[in-house]
Amino acid sequence: MVTLTHYLALSALLFGIGAIGFLIRRNALIVFMCVELMLNAAGLAFVAASRYRGLLEGQMAIFFVLTVAAAEVAVGLALMVAIFRTRQTTNVDELRSLKG
Amino acid sequence: MGELIAFYLLAGVAVATALAMVLTRNAVHSAMFLVLNLITVAIFYLLLNAPFVAMVQIAVYAGAVMVLFLFVIMMLGAERVGGAAELRTQVPLALALGVVLVGGTLFAFLQAPAGLAPVGSPPAPLGDPAAIGERLLTTHVLPFEITSILLLIAMVGVVVLARDLRSGG
Repeated sequence: MVTLTHYLALSALLFGIGAIGFLIRRNALIVFMCVELMLNAAGLAFVAASRYRGLLEGQMAIFFVLTVAAAEVAVGLALMVAIFRTRQTTNVDELRSLKG
Repeated sequence: MGELIAFYLLAGVAVATALAMVLTRNAVHSAMFLVLNLITVAIFYLLLNAPFVAMVQIAVYAGAVMVLFLFVIMMLGAERVGGAAELRTQVPLALALGVVLVGGTLFAFLQAPAGLAPVGSPPAPLGDPAAIGERLLTTHVLPFEITSILLLIAMVGVVVLARDLRSGG
């Protein structure tokens, strides 16, 4: 019997992997992908809760998560293109102009 | 029983692709593993009686968003970013904090009485596009409209950011 706890545990695991990847990777594009992975894990928890509670609200939430993710990716990638144009790098360690 | 086997198989694929995404050196391979992960989650959505969300996941996430990612990776030629991490202490610290995060969350989930079995068979129209569309345009119409403004702002922002200022564009 697959319970809600199964899905929540899987979601937590995926979120944790995304969070670790976000912290340890240096390529800004992969850092963005890790954010996507975390948003996706949250989405899985939403839909699982929706199924096990018999409510549609969890599936509604997915659409808003999806929109925010798409907007974030578009703006983030445009920023990367703009940064790459001036600095020739996507390594987050080398982007420190704002550092005091 | 069959559902449990399917769950563990898919969960294994999801975790493996997520790990591969984080660990592989090449950004294009990373993106491909993320596509695989997103498709696995879409199959989970199908198991969870949410076919419409599953299709949207594949079309928007695994389709549009990941194509954008691949396009930018290849355009910038950023497949491999050389140079090891300068903050050597960061990797073990991140691993420790990540394990604490996952452990804490799992502990909270296992403590809470969330492990309910599905309440009978779900209401028939649970994942129905018509029901979702109706709910979006009635109960949730304000967030829906705010979302459209968000997308407009993102679109304008991207055009402004990606414009090449030197060529006077």
